[in-house]
Amino acid sequence: MTINLDALKSLPYFSGLSDSVLDSISSHVFEKKAVRGDTLVFEGDPVDTLYFVATGVVKVFKTSADGKEQILLIIRPGDSFNDVPVLTGGISLASAAAMSAVVLHGIKKKDLEAILKEHPQAALNVINVLSRRVQELVELIEDLSFRHVNSRVAKILLEYAGNGERPRLTQQEMAAMIGTAREMVGRSFRSLEEEGAIRVERNRIIIANYATLKKIAGVME
Amino acid sequence: MADVPIIDEEMCDHCGLCVSICTCGALVMQDNMVQIIKADECGWCTMCELVCPTGAISCPFEIVIEGEEKK
Repeated sequence: MTINLDALKSLPYFSGLSDSVLDSISSHVFEKKAVRGDTLVFEGDPVDTLYFVATGVVKVFKTSADGKEQILLIIRPGDSFNDVPVLTGGISLASAAAMSAVVLHGIKKKDLEAILKEHPQAALNVINVLSRRVQELVELIEDLSFRHVNSRVAKILLEYAGNGERPRLTQQEMAAMIGTAREMVGRSFRSLEEEGAIRVERNRIIIANYATLKKIAGVME
Repeated sequence: MADVPIIDEEMCDHCGLCVSICTCGALVMQDNMVQIIKADECGWCTMCELVCPTGAISCPFEIVIEGEEKK
């Protein structure tokens, strides 16, 4: 057996199922290992396997024509990827790559479909997982489409600039302060750097052009 | 010595994701605790903070205005 029952039971897909059902499911689960940097799924490729991360971290991302990467999801142990293309029978909407050495547990589309047909609880679990995923993606779309994250990050940088007398801030804290995803803050840093407003030097953000940053922040003289 | 990521030992659940993600080898797991052994090697990529499921590790930024940085 590749996966023990406790590990299987802890997966959102299979919570609430009896040990005998989990035992039969475990016979369909196989293990796959990858090293940091390995691409696990290419955007546009057909997909026939759902993966659960057992150890390590996987990023799900899209790459623009000019090579910019947008991380959509960070998949930690217990979470899954390839859900949508496996369930729709379609191609992968995004790429996935190992951010560290990873151990994955995979289950083939045909086996998953058989389990879902036979066990309504598993089907309900999948609905829950997908609903949560839709919620996360809608929030990301909202950030990308409507919110001027750059200007709000710029405003925070102006507010917290100082010679050590102001508290240091993490990207997570900045994200929480402006109501956005942490990934959006990192993206804003890069954008503000490209505009020449700031420079990021290790753990220091240097406001290189105060006037430009104020303009982006929408702060009037 | 360089500044290092801050680890909250009470929040840390010892999952080791931060160690597995660290590209510069600054973080290791010793005695079931995350330790920073090579502070100078840390490039402040902040990936450890990104992947930490409990928010136990953080990489805060100092924000300074050019020309006014502490020397």
